[in-house]
Amino acid sequence: MIKKIRNKLKNKIVGIAGAGGLGSNCAVSLARAGVGNLIITDFDMIEESNLNRQYYFYNQIGQKKVLALKKNIKEINKKVNVKALDIKLNSTNIIEIFNDCDVVIEAFDKAEMKQMIIETVLDKMPDKPIIVGIGIAGWGNNNLLKTLKTDNLYICGDGTSEVTDKQPPLAPRVGIVANMLANQTLEILLKNI
Amino acid sequence: MEIFLNNKNETFGKDALTVTQLLEIKHFTFKMIIVKINGKLIKKENYKTAVINDGDNVNVIHLISGG
Repeated sequence: MIKKIRNKLKNKIVGIAGAGGLGSNCAVSLARAGVGNLIITDFDMIEESNLNRQYYFYNQIGQKKVLALKKNIKEINKKVNVKALDIKLNSTNIIEIFNDCDVVIEAFDKAEMKQMIIETVLDKMPDKPIIVGIGIAGWGNNNLLKTLKTDNLYICGDGTSEVTDKQPPLAPRVGIVANMLANQTLEILLKNI
Repeated sequence: MEIFLNNKNETFGKDALTVTQLLEIKHFTFKMIIVKINGKLIKKENYKTAVINDGDNVNVIHLISGG
């Protein structure tokens, strides 16, 4: 079975929009699981404050996130093809960049960007599964984290906890939701195996 | 009419509602939302004209920052 899973996953393509807390941890999880092709986009650089939850290291501060993430993934699983795009997504380039993906993962920080990618995919690529993370802030409350499905849209998280000064994003909860995104991706990719 | 709103049955005292009316009644004042009626995305500019009828499956997804 493990061979069958490996063979199936190695030909799959997953798009990840954002390489922050959700995106970096999700990408690493998918790479470890053996998903063969990852397209990752982000335009940010690594800051020290990111290290409380994002899959980067102290000596990578100041580097572009997508390039550092590609390096980290390659050190874990060198067989994964990583297309690292240092780019800001908009409603036009999303379609070109993610057109060949089997699944698109929304791992943005800002609500406006989440809205933009979800609307674009639902409107222009309605058959494409899109998995999004909503409600990841704070700590505790394991049992509030869940996945809601409506057609091809999957929403992982608690749906309500917004990042604020009093409720920062922290490694455990962000990591759980990042892995919920990855786990939902595998459920879709390994359907009918 | 009875609709399926965010995976729950809800009853309203009207035969039909526009998206704008539904958002008012439910006090969904959040700026960043995605609205779907029977799986179809309704864009913001169409909230005033898109009509929800009895039996419709409606999703109002609140988008909050953090990622």
